[in-house]
Amino acid sequence: MVAKQKIVGLNGDEASAYATKQVDPDVVAAYPITPQTIIVERFSEYVADGLVGSEFVAVESEHSALSACVGASAAGARAFTATAANGLALMWEILYIAAGLRQPIVMAVANRCLGGPINIHNDHSDAMGARDSGWIQLFCENSQEVYDASVEAWRIAEHADIQMPVMVNFDGFTISHTMENVYILEDADVKKFVGKRIYMKTEGPKGEVEFKLDPDTPISIGPLDLQDFYFEHKVQQMEAMKGSLKAIKAVDKEFEKITGRKLEYVYPYKMDDAEVAVVGLGSAMGTVREVVDELRAEGVKAGMVKMRLFRPFPVEDLKNAIGNVPVLGVMEKAYSIGGPGAPLYEEVKTVLYDLPKRPFVADYINGLGGKDTSPEMIRDVFKSLQRIKERGAVLEPVSYVGVRE
Amino acid sequence: MSERKRGWKTLPKGAVPYKSSKDYQTGDWGVAKPIIDRTRCSKCTLCHFFCPEGAITVRVDGYTEVNYDYCKGCGVCANECPVKCIKMEMKK
Amino acid sequence: MSEITLKEMSRKPDALICGGRLCAGCDETIVVRQVMKATRGPTIVTSATGCLEVSTSIFPYTSWEVPWMHCAFENVAALASGIEATIKAMHKKKEGPLAKYPTVDVISFAGDGGTYDIGLQALSGAIERGHDFTYVLIDNEAYMNTGIQRSGGTPFGASTTTSPAGKVILGKTETKKPIDEIIIAHGTPYVATINTAWPLDVMKKARKAIEVDGPTFLHSLAPCSRGWRFPPEKTVEIGRLATQTCVFPLFECRQEKGKPVYELSAPSLAIAKRPENKKPIEAYLEQQGRYRHFFRPARKEALLKELQESIDTRWQILCEKAGV
Repeated sequence: MVAKQKIVGLNGDEASAYATKQVDPDVVAAYPITPQTIIVERFSEYVADGLVGSEFVAVESEHSALSACVGASAAGARAFTATAANGLALMWEILYIAAGLRQPIVMAVANRCLGGPINIHNDHSDAMGARDSGWIQLFCENSQEVYDASVEAWRIAEHADIQMPVMVNFDGFTISHTMENVYILEDADVKKFVGKRIYMKTEGPKGEVEFKLDPDTPISIGPLDLQDFYFEHKVQQMEAMKGSLKAIKAVDKEFEKITGRKLEYVYPYKMDDAEVAVVGLGSAMGTVREVVDELRAEGVKAGMVKMRLFRPFPVEDLKNAIGNVPVLGVMEKAYSIGGPGAPLYEEVKTVLYDLPKRPFVADYINGLGGKDTSPEMIRDVFKSLQRIKERGAVLEPVSYVGVRE
Repeated sequence: MSERKRGWKTLPKGAVPYKSSKDYQTGDWGVAKPIIDRTRCSKCTLCHFFCPEGAITVRVDGYTEVNYDYCKGCGVCANECPVKCIKMEMKK
Repeated sequence: MSEITLKEMSRKPDALICGGRLCAGCDETIVVRQVMKATRGPTIVTSATGCLEVSTSIFPYTSWEVPWMHCAFENVAALASGIEATIKAMHKKKEGPLAKYPTVDVISFAGDGGTYDIGLQALSGAIERGHDFTYVLIDNEAYMNTGIQRSGGTPFGASTTTSPAGKVILGKTETKKPIDEIIIAHGTPYVATINTAWPLDVMKKARKAIEVDGPTFLHSLAPCSRGWRFPPEKTVEIGRLATQTCVFPLFECRQEKGKPVYELSAPSLAIAKRPENKKPIEAYLEQQGRYRHFFRPARKEALLKELQESIDTRWQILCEKAGV
């Protein structure tokens, strides 16, 4: 049965903070960085007003923020942090450790470009830098998706078959600072949905134990793991991440039951008969959808696929969503300097390579450093895709959208 | 004794060590071993506190004893014994 | 809770057990064993990357009988912050696995690299935030785990693999950071230096550090036979000489009404009262290969004099602070 909900006006940061307040994690350790700062400010207010039982640890760096979350989570706490850009980069070392040590931490990332030169605005270079670290990565299009993901993330992270940290990504400023109407659940329904934290079963010298630092059942976490075992442990992680594709679906279904909002890994839009389509992540996909509608009205068979889940990469869902479209453009706010293309392009192409009939694929890097990607620019992308279709060849595999020469 | 090493499917999750280091004996590291002359021992127990390995324990009767399965033969106990009742003896 | 006497403590089982793989005669495990004897109840231990961490947790083995965690090199204090915050939150909420223990103490062990250098920021932050934990600096005065490179804790003149004694430069040209003063300047409720040559003093100070609310700091000098180049049986003896020569005086410092109050511990107080018992610095230096160039091929009188004077000055300043 769908639970009672009300509409409130929240920006993305506030949606993240509000959902986290309702979850009431044991420990929140965070450091201010634009455009995430509103989250820690709001959360500090909740703490100051006694609305949560959480310990707020105002750490001296993002590196310590995530380190404190790793310690908290290992001690059995629900631990939350939030960051962006260089803050995420400073966490880089601990991202891998948090994941490698299987700590179900939830982190909000208000995506912002990486310096230098320094720039506080949105792109996905921060999150893309973390894509190999072992975190589950969700990308949100709007404040509603931020709220939903921020509630759901705990169940995903702590799922018995997953036990991995989750990163909730949403575009800095575009989402983090933009007020939108958001349907929110009541506190009790959120509490009921997330339940109590579940601990992974593992084995210490004295037999089976729950995976946490507990004086009654002592275990050692974070050992020296040499040539003989490290690879095996990494395979455990990779396989668990693969397996999470099934588990996340189950959580999505439960979430749909209480909210009425159906969550998918990828959202195809007007793809059934599409001849040119765009795939991408985040808030820009809202604009792409508008453009698709306009183009359809003009007789162009345009379509799009929005990805909500980036890690684990939803290979089968993406293949199904792309279907038989002959030309596909990847629009992404990221880059891989010196690479054959930007991250999403490389991965989408990899997924499509083994298909008997695969589309032409071209990469459209856009919006770096918060540069606006206007509907006009998106129309240009579709024009470019149509040219590829007419010529039957991709002449320029990677191009930059809206950049002055 | 060769135990089949576990693979990724059966290793404990989270890379938790599943064996006590008591199963890893370091007693063959050293070339010498300490011998306690209990006729002269004053039961001060300092050797227990100075042993880096925790290989010297205190018995019910108050005397200390060395667990040679772990003693690395460093000689700190002999060097520190206030009554000089511990002697390092070369292993054969 | 057991009283701190040698007899009582000798019966207490070790938290760090046999089968670890540190070098023979390593002082690090002596420090850990003595400190862990003084725990008062349920305790969680965190270790920074270093010799202790790698040698006591080689998968699939562990030497730790208490909950233990290693995360990284520079963040042991941040890791402890998160654990301590969890204990607080669970006590406050009266739920969660740690809620049932009336107290859970958190102890962090880190080396000089993890404290003076790469971990200083996390430590400073954790102290400023007032987390209730005990930080134990195991100071062997260089990066021993990676092969004896100089650190901010390496003393003047010591030869290391990145401050080697050469034909022109004679070991480290800079002095050791005054880490205790840095920590005391934070207003840390309890700071003490410890030396495994005096086990009872170590255990009493460790118990005090654990009992005091808020962050506490224990600084142990940990002679390293490989890095300092002396025979392994001399570990405790050389540590003792460091205190007897006033290179490493033993003291406690607590805060009273916002003021640090210093107190010399027995072995150092005895020297302060009878200065003729203070041993010359050579007694400490000449036993260690890392200071070989002070004596060979020729005795460096000027260098020895300079070093003796700086030790004397630091000792005098400490005595003044302690009102002796």
